[in-house]
Amino acid sequence: MTSIYRTKKRFSDMALYVLIYLSAAISVLLLVGILIYVFIKGVGSISWEFLTTVTSVLNGTVGILGNIVNTLYIIVLTILIATPIGVGSAIYLNEYAKPGKLVRVIEFTTETLAGIPSIIFGLFGMVFFGNTCKLGYSILTGCLTLSLMILPLITRNTQEALKTVPESYRSGALGIGATKWYMIRTILLPSAMPGIITGVILAIGRIVGESAALLFTAGSSPLLPRMGVLHKIKEPGGTLTIQLYLSMQKAEYQVAFGIALVLLVIVLIINLLTKTLARRFDVTARK
Amino acid sequence: MSQSEKTIQESPKTLSVIGSRKQKKTVEKIAQILFTVCALMAVLAVLSITIYMIMKGSPALFKVGLKEILFGTVWKPAAADPSYGILYIILTSIVGTALAILIGVPIGLLTAVFLAEVAPKKLSVLVKPAVELLAGIPSVIYGLLGILLLNPVMYRLEKWVFRGSTTHQFTGGSNLLSAVLVLAIMILPTVINISESALRAVPSQLKASSLALGATRIQTIFKVLIPAAKSGILSAIVLGVGRAIGEAMAITLVSGSSVNLPLPFNSVRFLTTAIVAEMGYSGAGTVHREVLFTIGLVLFAFIMIINLILTKIIQSEEKED
Repeated sequence: MTSIYRTKKRFSDMALYVLIYLSAAISVLLLVGILIYVFIKGVGSISWEFLTTVTSVLNGTVGILGNIVNTLYIIVLTILIATPIGVGSAIYLNEYAKPGKLVRVIEFTTETLAGIPSIIFGLFGMVFFGNTCKLGYSILTGCLTLSLMILPLITRNTQEALKTVPESYRSGALGIGATKWYMIRTILLPSAMPGIITGVILAIGRIVGESAALLFTAGSSPLLPRMGVLHKIKEPGGTLTIQLYLSMQKAEYQVAFGIALVLLVIVLIINLLTKTLARRFDVTARK
Repeated sequence: MSQSEKTIQESPKTLSVIGSRKQKKTVEKIAQILFTVCALMAVLAVLSITIYMIMKGSPALFKVGLKEILFGTVWKPAAADPSYGILYIILTSIVGTALAILIGVPIGLLTAVFLAEVAPKKLSVLVKPAVELLAGIPSVIYGLLGILLLNPVMYRLEKWVFRGSTTHQFTGGSNLLSAVLVLAIMILPTVINISESALRAVPSQLKASSLALGATRIQTIFKVLIPAAKSGILSAIVLGVGRAIGEAMAITLVSGSSVNLPLPFNSVRFLTTAIVAEMGYSGAGTVHREVLFTIGLVLFAFIMIINLILTKIIQSEEKED
């Protein structure tokens, strides 16, 4: 009759198992579907000309070199602005601050900043950096706007990294007479470097994919810098995502898919980079 | 090279343990001040964003009238007799977000259950990276796929649902439903990641005792683990709401472009897409542009409320621990 060895299969259990597997399958199939579709549609438009020329009616070329250069400008400049501030903020929160109202306010605002949608950053960047600071539609306006956006990402990753540095390193350094700043500079920052780099790479991923915050700040010009490398930061410049949006709007799907494929490759590379880094430096996993 | 070491080399007379104390002290002080300033940048940023959004978003409320803007249903900013009612836009954002959550959260939560509890190792190493990559795909690409894949399907569905209808305005598939599906996909990674870590954080004794009492794995998951992880899952949902309501570029072209009541097959405008679509051709200094900033302010208010709810959830979680 009833035996403890014979397990009764419950119908509701089975149904839920099916649903669970189905949900997981949806996520995977979505990704695979997106990758394959974009690859098939986009691979045809990728050519040497597409990657190394600027779209020009005069020369009869269709290319995204200008957008690639603009994207690089924005990545480098934004990281240069945001990383020192983000790291400094994390050092303050982790090493200097005593628990209290100020820390609570800083942590709350960092959370808030992370939750603000990029379109709001775009509006703010347009009126504050663009109009009030008179920078207009320029790469610099875009970079300053994006710096605010990625600040929480860098702060949080650095904080996590600092937390994994053993307390004995700190007391050891301070014990043999190092000053706090010296200890931070020579012990903490090098130990936390992998975490900081991971944060920076994640931030680059965010910048590459960003569009709403750039549309009203950095503008959409697909041209190459003409008046010198530094002058370019005061000119408008559309990134790959912006060009993708504009092409999509004009129903130029060939170009759009070409850019989409380039973006996906960049996203894949960034993903792999963070993975390898995390695996390489994950001290906690090895324990 | 630090200042102190240089002084030691230059003037051996000051070689003493307290020799460069003064200099060290200034360096220390400067470092501390610099770090504090860095930390205050986040506060400064949120403060100035709040002030600017209010400053830019409120004038239109006085010029046009609070009631006309927030409860008006006619959006004709460029007409000779302009009307700036954004009620339908607000409703669209609320309804759209709610529907996206309704679709995205169950799928996300079940996937999280899969990753945290059910999956054999071989499968979880396949699903986990897929979810991470989904999170990294730029939103414009979702938009592009939405236009080319979702909209035609929706158009067919629309033609079938409204066959014989004479009053329905056909949208060619750019409608609320398409946008909702795109949003549901976009919030998946957020919901999955946060629910998964919430599920993993449930103490293992709970699971062990439930299984020991004879509950099946599914019963344990749904009657013990999920209730125990509810505040984490709640944060996942709230973050999903934030992500969905703030998304702009993915749904701008997918959702159509006219302001309508948020019905599934209507061409609609969200708070975000209204800003993206019209900022370009609203003249600087016009009431039209000011109203667009009011829309931004409404969105900002929604986000701030969501943030406060999130903080409350996290605080109550900490109190429980």
